[in-house]
Amino acid sequence: MARENIYQEEEFPSPLMQLWYNFKKNPMVMLAFGSYLALAILAIFSPILTPFSSSQSHLEYILLPPAWNDDGNVSFLLGTDKLGRDILSMLMHGASFTFGLSFIIVIISAVIGVLIGSLSALTSGFKSSFLNHFLDVILSIPSLLLAIVIVAILGIGLSNTVLAIIIVLIPQFIHITKNEVKKEFSKDYVLASKLDGASPLRLLRYSIFPNIIERVITQATLAQSAAILDIAALGFLGLGAPSEIPEWGAMLSNGVDLFYIAPWTVYFPGLAILFTVIATNLVGEGLRHALKQRKVY
Amino acid sequence: MVALLKVTNLSKEYKQREYFFQHKVSTALYPINFSIDAYKTLAIVGDSGSGKSTIAKMLVGAEKPTTGEVELNGQILEVGNFKQRCQHIRMIFQDSSTTLNPSLTVHQLLDEPLKLNTSLNELERAQLISETLQKVGLLSDHMNFYPHMFSGGQKQRISLARAIILKPQVIILDEALASLDPSLRSQMINLLLDIQEQMGLAFILISHNLGIVKHFSDQIMVLSEGKVVEQGDTIEVLSKPKQKYTKKLIMSQQFQLFSR
Repeated sequence: MARENIYQEEEFPSPLMQLWYNFKKNPMVMLAFGSYLALAILAIFSPILTPFSSSQSHLEYILLPPAWNDDGNVSFLLGTDKLGRDILSMLMHGASFTFGLSFIIVIISAVIGVLIGSLSALTSGFKSSFLNHFLDVILSIPSLLLAIVIVAILGIGLSNTVLAIIIVLIPQFIHITKNEVKKEFSKDYVLASKLDGASPLRLLRYSIFPNIIERVITQATLAQSAAILDIAALGFLGLGAPSEIPEWGAMLSNGVDLFYIAPWTVYFPGLAILFTVIATNLVGEGLRHALKQRKVY
Repeated sequence: MVALLKVTNLSKEYKQREYFFQHKVSTALYPINFSIDAYKTLAIVGDSGSGKSTIAKMLVGAEKPTTGEVELNGQILEVGNFKQRCQHIRMIFQDSSTTLNPSLTVHQLLDEPLKLNTSLNELERAQLISETLQKVGLLSDHMNFYPHMFSGGQKQRISLARAIILKPQVIILDEALASLDPSLRSQMINLLLDIQEQMGLAFILISHNLGIVKHFSDQIMVLSEGKVVEQGDTIEVLSKPKQKYTKKLIMSQQFQLFSR
């Protein structure tokens, strides 16, 4: 009897899997992706993982240098700050504020942006223009300034910072979604499925979104690095997280007046911000590169 | 006897906005009439911009005609009713690389028209898909493949499978063979003729290649700038063209015509 299964390969990679294969090829990007995942795990599980509570003061160990210093103590690996709090615990806990919040911010603004953007692409004329551009004013105001305005109205606090950054990030998602959806709509397969009687929602679900999702994700990673920097900057300026919360920007501003006596209280939060932003940016760049490498349809 | 597809007074005008409240009307297609029977092929030839593709788009329902009607088996097809239309009139597009959704498998691609237009259950649909794939010369193994794993000719076959899966009566080929190389093209033509024989289809072939038209079609319609220049039996028109435009068109492609 003739063998029916002619093709030996068992796996048929979908375009998304292909993207992953291309993404996987670059070791530098994979390293960054690993760090990214580690940060995500840290952000979720930091209360369990930290050696001390981030708010616990060890009054006998105020301004203790890192453990490799002669005066250091190995139970406080990265030293303590002016209130005797363990810096390592604060950094770990801070991951859920600076990194975790930025993640949530990006997801919320991406969902809102994609919704408005696809509505704008589906409508035409004035409605479409309005949906596309009504948040554009925000693009002309620097995000910090806008956050200051919002904080001035609503009061200082982390939740107001989050709100401000969400609003700042929405327009770029609207624009990218609108452009990509329009581009997809002009392709023949959308017309073909429209002629089959598919409703606009079905078109979006099956023909459009699977083909633009990677580009939205790429935009999201780039937006996240901006969000991290904004949260940290607002925390540093004292407009975002209050100083008792171990947010990295707030930690920096706590340590900055003691910089000459205890430089480690500034170095470590600063390095944490740098590391996180670089990891996030590298993941975004890797995604963009993998998208470009993948065969253009 | 009622013709399978009858087109009366079909025309299309486009409005272009120039200044405020001023429209410039450009006519893409002046009123045309034609009809086709089952097992027959009508070829529409002409330069680019002559209104060939406009006819195709209006027949398939992608664009609204300015005037005129399309009748199928004596029944008028309503504008905007895709469900009624797509079961009888299907179209194969020119560019095979953009007619297949790159993120769906062949199975999902062929499943979509069935899901939307028939009441078959999943097993019957899978059965029908694998039969249709075999009909166009592919294997049922190909069901789990993604479009990027196929060559241009194979993609065009999938488009054909997608077109015939609803058992339509008319298929419109909008330059569907232009992007293929000659050997694939002749394979595809033979496949199309076989399927026409099996299923009793009527084809509307839109092409600028007179060689294919001569081989393939029974009737021909020559269009120029939205007007019908000449209409009639393919062999008659091509061997004894009456109009100057048709003569020019034939002259310009003489090499291809005589080399066959």
